[in-house]
Amino acid sequence: MNAHPRAVEAAAPILDVRGVSLSFKGVKAISDLSFSVVRGEICALIGPNGAGKSSLLNVLNGVYVPASGEIVFNGEHFRQIEPLAAARRGIARTFQNNALFKKMSVLDNVLTGLARHTRTGFLAQALRLPGARREEAELRERAEAILEFLELQPYRDLTVGNLAYGIQKRVELGRALVSAPTLLLLDEPLAGMNAHEKAEMSEFVFGINRHLGITVVLIEHDVGIVMNLSGHVVVLDYGRKIGDGTPAEVASNADVISAYLGTVH
Amino acid sequence: MNLFLETLIGGLLAGTMYSLVAIGFVLIYKASGVFNFAQGSILLFAALTFVTLLEQGLPFAAALAVTILILILGAILIERTVLRPLANRSPMTLFMATLGLSYVVEGAAQGLMGAQVHALDLGIEDVPIFIGDVLISQFDLVAAATAVALALVLALLFNNTRIGISLRAVADDTRAALSIGINLNRIWQIVWAVAGIVGLVAGMLWGARQGIQFSLSLVVLKALPVLIIGGFTSIGGAIVGGLIVGAAENLAETYVGPYIGGGITPWFPYFLAIAFLYIRPAGLFGERTLERV
Repeated sequence: MNAHPRAVEAAAPILDVRGVSLSFKGVKAISDLSFSVVRGEICALIGPNGAGKSSLLNVLNGVYVPASGEIVFNGEHFRQIEPLAAARRGIARTFQNNALFKKMSVLDNVLTGLARHTRTGFLAQALRLPGARREEAELRERAEAILEFLELQPYRDLTVGNLAYGIQKRVELGRALVSAPTLLLLDEPLAGMNAHEKAEMSEFVFGINRHLGITVVLIEHDVGIVMNLSGHVVVLDYGRKIGDGTPAEVASNADVISAYLGTVH
Repeated sequence: MNLFLETLIGGLLAGTMYSLVAIGFVLIYKASGVFNFAQGSILLFAALTFVTLLEQGLPFAAALAVTILILILGAILIERTVLRPLANRSPMTLFMATLGLSYVVEGAAQGLMGAQVHALDLGIEDVPIFIGDVLISQFDLVAAATAVALALVLALLFNNTRIGISLRAVADDTRAALSIGINLNRIWQIVWAVAGIVGLVAGMLWGARQGIQFSLSLVVLKALPVLIIGGFTSIGGAIVGGLIVGAAENLAETYVGPYIGGGITPWFPYFLAIAFLYIRPAGLFGERTLERV
């Protein structure tokens, strides 16, 4: 399904970024950026440090408010999308430096991700009314399934703050995943991992996309992995788009080569 | 020995009353990082509403239910008009807002219900009873049982319900909580309502002992040393802090008081709190914040 992203692009863009600009106190972080993400693909955002990748992700789930432009998600037009509204519409995300609830257990962290599926009220839950108990059981089952899928069962009752970094990244992925999102935004899911952990994580991301059918937008520095994993690559430099296409197209783009591969890291 | 035991037990039981007041602060501090200066006025407002309804001839249960309803509506109103517009401001801004709120709440209480002192009879006899050969206040026993029961209910609520999990998530990392679809405004409404209800229980017990009057809002000052000793972020800490303050001030009054002319009770808890600030600034159960340098 990722073989011909161009062919389906017109058919079903789930996310359409149109002319988005963002600046911090006069410094432009993103200038007039437009691109589309097709339903069911893995789209990678790459570019040198400070190119505006994380800022863009923050615009997509409403943490930053763009100065101009609009975002079309699932047919709905947004000038600005609130984080809560984004989460409710099925945009889930992970953060570059992990934003887990460090004092809570792995299971509880994953359970928090179910907030958008909670229908019963506080009183019903407090009084353990039958409806609330049924919902509770259903949602817990989902959380268990996610723990199983991400091979987190051995850690389920451990406090997240004490776990290895790679495991924490997986817990954060689980918390995002349990909400059954339509669009999953991953900010450097492989950062700080060793080769083995990177391979494992890419496997999970691939599985999430292929088997659960979730559209993924991810930021990653490891170009080798990006080229294998994603069907669509958008390249940013100084807040502008300098490349957009399949990995092969992007890799042969002269602007990309000079801006990205030419930089010494 | 009996005198010592009586002093200690009497102090511990009285301490649970301080704990009750402190728990209201802890709830709000945990969920929104705000030291809610208005907790005392809310406590007064709740107790005054309850006793006024009782005096209007409502039965006990009905008066309680109506008061709780008013507290829930009040929490929603406070969240809409004070917390929501000031979200993401500095803790100092929010603290100042609660300072203002305390005057508004107190003014509303006085405007609506007058300033006279009301007696509140909860039907608990304030007659000491002998347990073994130790004399213990019956009222203190009931108050202590209430505090413990309340703490247990709160622990159950916040540990086992999903909204409880959301609450802990908000306390842990607000930004992440928002991004995963936790409705912060709703959490704040719930927490303020629960803190109001805790205030009502504390206000009823304090009011039954000393009458419901405006000085009731000053029990806040009693909660401060409790919070400093127990920590601002732990309900368990509020309970232990209350016990320590209650026992310490009672023992100090009995054993140290006579040598320095008595009247130790009002200031001894603060003295203790300052000592704790030297040794353990985050309190016994509070979270020590690690700062990256």
